[in-house]
Formats: sequence, C-alpha cells, structure tokens
Amino acid sequence: MTGANSFSVSGYGPARAGWTRIFARDSLARRLDWPILLSAMALSLIGSMLVFSATRNRTEINQGDPYFFLERHLINLGIGFALMLATLWLGHRALRNAVPVLYGASVLLALVVLTPLGATINGQRNWIVVGGFSIQPAEFLKIAIILGMAMLLAARVDAGDKPFPDHRTVAQSLGLAAVPCMILLLMPDLGSVLAMVAIILGVLLASGASNRWVFGLLATGVVGCIAIWQLHILDQYQINRFAAFANPDLDPAGVGYNTNQARIAIGSGGLTGAGLFHGSQTTGQFVPEQQTDFVFTVAGEELGFLGAGLIIFLIGVILWRACRIARDSTELYGTIVAAGIVAWFAFQSFENIGMTLGIMPVTGLPLPFVSYGGSSMFAVWIAVGLLQSIKVQRPMSA
Amino acid sequence: MTNIPETGRTPRVQIRLVVIQILVLSLLGTLGGRLWYLQIREGAQYQKEASGNHVQQVVQPAVRGEILDARGVPLADNETRLVVSASRTDLLKQKDDGKAVLTKLAGVLGLSTEDVLQKVRLCDAKTPQPCWNGSPYQPIPITDKATARQALQIRERSEDFPGITAEPEAVRRYPGPGKSNTAQVLGYLSPVTDDEIQKAKDTSSPYLRSDMVGRSGLEREYDKELRGKAGVTRYEVDNLGRVIGKAKSDAAEPGSNLVTSIDSRVQRVAEYELDKAMKTARQQFDSITGENYKADSGAVVVMEAKTGRIVAMASAPTYDPNAWVGGISAKDYQALTGKNSDYPLLNRAIQGQAAPGSTFKVVSTAAAVQAGYPWDGGYPCTSDYRVGSQVFKNFEGENFGDISLGRALEVSCDTVFYGLADKEWKRDGGINPKKGQPKDYFFKTAHQFGLGKPTGVDLPNEVGGRVPDRQWKLDYWKANKDSWCKTGKKDGTYVEKIAYENCLEGDKMREGDEINYSIGQGDTLVTPIQEAMIYGAVANGGTEYVPTIGKAIISPDGKTVQEIKPQVQRKLPVTQATLKGMNDAFAGVITRGTAAWKFSGWPQDKIPLHGKTGTAEVYGKQTTSWMATYSKDYTVIMTIAQAGTGSGASGEAVRNIYSALYGVQGDGSVDNSKALLPHPQQSLPKVRADGTIAAPAVPKDPAKDTEAAQKSNPSNGSDQQPAGTAPPTNGNSNTRRRPRRKRGSRRMPS
Repeated sequence: MTGANSFSVSGYGPARAGWTRIFARDSLARRLDWPILLSAMALSLIGSMLVFSATRNRTEINQGDPYFFLERHLINLGIGFALMLATLWLGHRALRNAVPVLYGASVLLALVVLTPLGATINGQRNWIVVGGFSIQPAEFLKIAIILGMAMLLAARVDAGDKPFPDHRTVAQSLGLAAVPCMILLLMPDLGSVLAMVAIILGVLLASGASNRWVFGLLATGVVGCIAIWQLHILDQYQINRFAAFANPDLDPAGVGYNTNQARIAIGSGGLTGAGLFHGSQTTGQFVPEQQTDFVFTVAGEELGFLGAGLIIFLIGVILWRACRIARDSTELYGTIVAAGIVAWFAFQSFENIGMTLGIMPVTGLPLPFVSYGGSSMFAVWIAVGLLQSIKVQRPMSA
Repeated sequence: MTNIPETGRTPRVQIRLVVIQILVLSLLGTLGGRLWYLQIREGAQYQKEASGNHVQQVVQPAVRGEILDARGVPLADNETRLVVSASRTDLLKQKDDGKAVLTKLAGVLGLSTEDVLQKVRLCDAKTPQPCWNGSPYQPIPITDKATARQALQIRERSEDFPGITAEPEAVRRYPGPGKSNTAQVLGYLSPVTDDEIQKAKDTSSPYLRSDMVGRSGLEREYDKELRGKAGVTRYEVDNLGRVIGKAKSDAAEPGSNLVTSIDSRVQRVAEYELDKAMKTARQQFDSITGENYKADSGAVVVMEAKTGRIVAMASAPTYDPNAWVGGISAKDYQALTGKNSDYPLLNRAIQGQAAPGSTFKVVSTAAAVQAGYPWDGGYPCTSDYRVGSQVFKNFEGENFGDISLGRALEVSCDTVFYGLADKEWKRDGGINPKKGQPKDYFFKTAHQFGLGKPTGVDLPNEVGGRVPDRQWKLDYWKANKDSWCKTGKKDGTYVEKIAYENCLEGDKMREGDEINYSIGQGDTLVTPIQEAMIYGAVANGGTEYVPTIGKAIISPDGKTVQEIKPQVQRKLPVTQATLKGMNDAFAGVITRGTAAWKFSGWPQDKIPLHGKTGTAEVYGKQTTSWMATYSKDYTVIMTIAQAGTGSGASGEAVRNIYSALYGVQGDGSVDNSKALLPHPQQSLPKVRADGTIAAPAVPKDPAKDTEAAQKSNPSNGSDQQPAGTAPPTNGNSNTRRRPRRKRGSRRMPS
C-alpha cells in the first residue's frame, strides 16, 4: 500500500476489461472525488471567460491580441490538469518521500526571487521571470509547507508511537514553516504570509497538536499586531492602505480607488448581471488587476448575483468535500494534508472575494482556479491531485 | 464510511476537523451575504455610480434666442465678446491658490485685484455677492469686456497665466433700441445653480453646468424656448479617459427667437413719459401732506384693446439690464436689491398693486346694472351721504341733483355709488345677512371682471390684487384678530379704536366697508395690467383677453413659426347697451370731465379717446394716481404712487403716448407719416432665408421726436393752461372722506 504504483493496485476484484472496468465499484474512476474535480474544472472554465472579458480590451498588456490571456489561461489549466494527474499517479504517500527535495527546491526558488533574478511586479518582489514566463514561488511554498509539516507531524503518529505529535515535533514543523515565511516577509508578500499562517493553523489543528500550540500561535499573532500598531513600526500611510478597504477615503488614489471601483462593479451587477462582456466597469477597465486579484469583480458585474454566487457555491463544494476527505482519511498524514489544503483554499478565497466586496483588506492573493496566473493554477491543481490521491488511497473500509 | 479511526485517531482531531468545516462554511456564508447586500440591496445605487463612471460629456453651449419687438427689432440679442475666465481647479493647484496669477491678471485687465478675487470665490451662505454660484469645475468669467489686446497678452503669455483663458463667446446683450429700456419685461440671466440642476435632472430639458438661466421677465417665462439645447457629445471612456464606446453626439441647437408684441419705439415713449410725469409730479405741491409729491414709483401699460397684446410696458424706477451681463458687481447688486434700493427689479405693471380709486367705478356701474338699477334712472348726486353719524362726502361737495348712471360715471359722483352700495348692503341683510347667500352684486361683479386673481400675462410672478369680499374679510380677521383684540381699546387712540372695532366685527361686511368699496377705496387692490385688461374689454365690446407679450416663437432656421394667439379669457358681465353708455361716459371724461383740462385740442373727432381718472388714498402716504384710457385700438393705463390725482399726474403723459401712436401734432392735426403705430402691428416680422429676422431702422429717440411734435400743444406745460378748461380746484380728487381705516400699506410694493 505504500508503493509508488499503489493506485494501480486494483486487486480487490477480478480484472475486467474496457469501460465496465472504469465503472467497476472499486475502480479508480468510481473512487475519485468527482464533485471536487468537476467544481474545480467549472471554476477554471468560468475563470477563463472572466479573464477573457477582463483582458480582451487591455491592449497595453495583451499585446494586441484579445485572446492572449484566454489562451494562456487555458494552457495553464491544461498544465495544471496534467500536474493533477501526475500527482494522483504518484500518490501523496510517494510524495511524502520526496518532501525534502520539494521543500528544498521551493525554498531555493523563493530565495532566487530575492536575488537580482527576481522581478518586481506591482510593488512586490515576488516573481521570477524566466524566458517570458513569470513564476511565483510563493504558490509552491504553500504545497511544500503543507507536505513538509504533515510529514513531520504525522510520522510518529502514523507509526502508532503516539496519539499526538509531541512538542518537539511541533516545534520542528514550525521551524520548517518559519523559513519560507521569513523569505515571504522579505519580499514582502504580506498576503502570502497570511495565507501561510492560515495553513499552519489548519495543519496544527488537524495534527492534534496540543491546544497550547494553537492558542500560543494565535496569541503571538495578536500580540505582534498590537506591537506593530503601538510601536509605530508601520508608517501612517501603510496603515491607511491597510484600512482603506473599510474607508476608501484613507487612500483614495491607491487601494481606496481599487476598493471603490470593485464595489461599484460588483454592486452594479444586480441579480443577473450586465451579461458576459457587457459590464461597463470591466470594459472601461476601471478596476485594476481585474484578470488576477480582482477577477471576482468581473463575475459580479457581468454575471450578477447568480454567477458570483455560483462561484462561491463551487468553492464551497470543494471545501466541503475536502473536509470530508480530511475526516475520512485513515492516516494522520492524509488528514493533515487535506486540512492544510482546506485552510489554504478557504483563506485565500475568503480574502480574495472579501477584499473585492470591501470586507477584507486588499492583498495580492489570487482566487483559486479563477484568477489568471500560471503558478497559482499549477499549485491549486496539484492540491486537487493530492486530495484525490488521499481519497482513492484510503483503504476500502466501507 | 465510518468515523472510527483505524489508525488510533482521536476524537480531538475529529472535533477540530468539524470545527474547521463549520468555520469554512460560515466564511463562505459571509461572502454570500455580503454579495447579496451589495448586488441586491444596494444594487441600484451602484448601478447609478457605474453609469456616471464611464461617461464623459463635452458641452457646446447653444446660442440663446433673441427677443424681438413686433417689427423685428432686437430687444435682447447676443454679441461676441472676448471673455476672460479662470479655472478654479487650475488656480487651486498653484502654491498660493492662484492669487499671484489673479493679481497679474487684474493688472492686465485694469481691474482691482479685490474685484477679481471676489468674482472667483464660491457663493455660500456666508459669502455675499459677488461670488460664483455656478459649478466650481466650470471656468468662471472674470470679464467679458476684454479688448483684443488684453486677450492677446493673456494668450501669448499663457505660461504666465496658468488656468486663465481668453476666448470669444456669445454674450447676452440688451441693445435698447431707440433708447428704450424694457428692463423688467425682458428680465435677466444668471448662471444655473446646483439646486436647479438637481431638480431638472430627470426632466426632458436638463440643465448643463454652463447654462445661464432666465431669472425674471421674458427671459424666464420663455427660458425653455430661448435656451435652445446645448450640444452634448457623450463618450464612453475608460479609466484613463480614453474613448472606448461610440460617441453619442447631439449637436447644439440654437434657441428659438421670441417675437413680442412690444414696439420698441412706443416702449421708449412710454418709459420717457412715465419718467417725465414722475419728475413733474415731484415739482408739485401736495396741499394735504404739506410737501411736494414723492412720486416714487409708477407703471404704464399700452395694450392692444382687441387682442390683449402688450405694446409697451414700463415700470419705474428702472435699471440697466446690461448690468447683469457677465456677472453683476457687488455695487450694482446692492443698488438693485439692497434694503435701501427702490427695488427697480420689480415690474410694477404686474407686481405693483394699489387701490384703484375711481377707475373702479366701471365695476360698480356694471354691478348696479346687474343688481337691476336702470341705466337712465335718476340717482341723487348729493354733496354728501350720511349713514348714522358718519358722513361720506362727494368730492368738493358738488351737487348735481338726480343723474343717470352714465352721468355719475362721467362726473365720478361718489354719492351715487355710496347710495347704490348702501342699498345693496341693506338688501343683503346689513351687518348680519339673513340666511342664504347674500347677493353681493358689487363683489361678484368685481370677480366677474377678473379682479382678485392674476390676469395670466406671460410674465412670471404676477400678483393678483384683492377683492375685499366677505370671505377675504373673514380670513383676514382670523389671521389678525388676536393682535387686534390685544391692542384694541374702546377709548384709546385712533389706531387703538380701529383695532377695537376690528376685533369686535372685523369679520363682517360693515356698511362703511361696502360704501368705501363702491368707489375703489378701502382694501381693494388692483394691478395696472388688470386695469388694462378691464378697460381693454370695455373698448373692444366686452371681451377680456389674456394679456400677452410673446407673439410668436420662430425657430432658429426660421422655418417653423409658432404663433401665440390671443386668448379670450372671459366676457364682461354687461350688455352692449350698458357698454355703449359707459363708452359715452368715458368719452365725456376726456371732453368735458375730469381729464378734459389735459386733453384740450385733442382731435376727438378723428381719434376718439375715452378715459377714467382715479385717485386712491393710502393711509400715511400721498395719494396714488390712476389714469385708465382707451382708444379704438389701444388701452393705456398709467399709475404713479404718491403723485396726486390721475389727470394731474398722468394726463399729459398719456396724451403724449396717444400722440406718438397716432401721429397727433401739437396743433391737433394728425400726421400719419409721424404716427408710430396708427394700427396695431398685425404681421410678424419678415424672416430671411437664412433664418435671421429683418429689422427696420429705429429712430434715435422716438420720445424726443414726439416731444418735439408736441411743442405747440396748448396743454403741455403747466403754465400754459387754456382758459375754460381750468383744472378742478383740487385736481379731480373725487374722494375725500373721513380718514380711512388702515389695513396695511396700499403703496405699490417696494
């Protein structure tokens, strides 16, 4: 059961041929989590339309080709889907053995960003541009952290030594997570750091680590925020930028403008929206970064409450099923990985949609599956692959 | 599936996973709720914001239509002027808010820096005029009188004058042909206010920021037609202002031209004569108050009797309408509207109201006939009329014996009307009328003549005058009884006694009230335009028209002409026989009655004139003079406040207006070639192929021409009184009675 080819071990029944095999009770196709797969695919395809709508007129970035972003989004989706299949084929347990390599590689990539090879886009130095492609290592760090922490925390428990990870293990895993966090802080990529924190919390909770660690981590965060506030580490303008989501007047030309325009775009959608490609806010390019961080505003304006609500619903389906996978996994390792993914997707979705709706501060986090961006697309599809792997490799206990 | 862990998993993890699941779903629920709030609950608001976001409009102002007189002479037109404007947004970007630039600009324009700074400040509750009450984003005109040289200086050194522009613009002008002024009739313009923009936003003719709006007179009444439609090009733009959508463009449509029935030459004569009459009155001694007449305000209306069209309408004191053009200065504004001004903006021909005096007897006579008194019956014209201890005097105590209604009208015998009104009052039941409606012939007839409500002339803010009937008395009493009953004393001063009486029975029609009312004294108020309407109806056989000034609206290309037809308002409640009797009586006023001393030598056989004079008493003030006259075609009404008697103050002026209209020379001959308007102007001015309107030449000053022609007129000049037509000893004041009860000032509003 721990072999690299484990998913081909379908030796629970007689070998069948052709398409009956696919639908056999114990076949891989039957064991896959189809709601997650279909929701992720639907989100990605909706995203491609939204990205197309947002970019077909942006001649300054689409190089005169209205389909530039649409094509790339679909290519990214294809690569992501392939990565998902590869992950499923390898299996999360096989990846467990590769974690040190994966972890090391992603940290290295992230470090490269800090060198002259890194590129600054939109004031944040979190990109590597290689031959026309830009990579955001932060996205892969999220997977690396989930897998790395899960490996450490679950090792003794899954071996049956202990019911819970001990303090030393927890400390080790936190140390493992701290390194990429520090790198992200140096970029600085505050949004990704916050996503990391959410992931770490989810992982710790799922690992069964002592409450002290969970609350300790939360308390540290609160104290840190208060310290930053009280010691005036941040300039007023930075605080204003942060708070502008609630009061756009604090930073009317910057974040406040984004917030305002995003809210107008979404608000003007009404129940059914202006229709795809017919939103005046979108056509007029009033919302910056609309194909990436603010892609949800396109849905809000052009597809209305029904379309935007559908996106939230599909994300809900994925998260719901992922929670089930976490709960049903027989190994702590699988549980932790699934929970980490849940924390990741949940935080990023809530933060991304929340900022377009004006209830969360504006940070540069993409909306999983929907936003344009290769790294993000690859990472979330790999995560889907991990979830599927955890699901299918569960012993057939029921 | 089972939740029993097979690898020794503990409930702790399971519980935590459930908590995570609940937390995650509630986060998504939050998003859904917020989405619903933004899109469904507040959706309409955001839709509005979105539509305002992406449309930019460029406005080309429309050229305002001209206002022309009956022959096509422009009374209000446009001229191209070099307008120097300042953009506030650009000025505020400068270090000192543009003070340095404005100071430099003031130097170039030869204005004081303070003036310039005042013109660019924004109006608010605390800022007095001059200030800018238009949009702060719109260039504010500093001057529209820049010379080409000044404009060049500004344009060539544009780097020295950031935010300042000098452009040629069409600017309203009131050329005042033939020295006419017509100020109150024309009205004036000022920039549109934010409130008006808001109010007109969803109507069919919304305002634009750059609009000038008619504030009074014809400019306001016909604002919609004159304004035209500004050209608006709407561009759908993106966030950088680049055009992305199709440009929707409406070309500017110039405003239509308004042809009026005003004749600028007659207007000039009317204005000139009114002014002269007032000046003359100020030289006259008033034996009652023991000082010269103040003659502080007046009005004259010249109307076509058969259509109700206004040929001339003047109000004094007056002002120069060009003062408003290009923004009004603080000094001018104060002079026009300040507490110490004489309120020249008021058009006293439609907004001035006073007791009508004996000119009201036309109504009383009609009322008497309606009440059943025969025209030729004998009515005692005694020297006084007694009611108990009260004595109501006829004017100098004259006694004509028993006379007909016509004769009573001609000699303006007060006591005849006292008697008739008193009889009616008693028939209606006296102070406590019997059950059922009192007949109230005298009041009903006044209403039937159209008094007590506006005539509907096409000018804004007309007042309606007042008929002091029972309903009004009751309303007035209800409104004032508290203060009357508080201050009234039975044995106090005169004012206190009156208050006491009013407190007791001010709600009732008293005997004295109706008696006073019958000769146009007391609480009755009429406007000059109402008198013109009534006497015009007597002249034309009994039809009251809605007075009109606008005659036609001609589209800018001249192709569509929308005529404003005379409109019948009502028929006078009199028979043709009565009208004939009235006509004879009013002719008698001119030939041998109260106005005869001013009309000696008038060619009555060629141009029969009719008239009635009136002198209304005003508590605490000098008497208001009234002169109501008509010929076959025209009605001329003149009134001057605090100027004595009707004929004494206005007789000569009215005669001169008729002389100008008909070309009557000083020696009584009629020279048709010198007549300004022997027949009312029927046709509209000629429209040329290009839409412009042909205008005949206007003499330099028609009033002076008329005056010159009257040099030999024997009745011109007070020292040239011919024998035999000496003025009545005390003018023609036919109404001296016991002091009147005061009900507030009867003065022309000031």
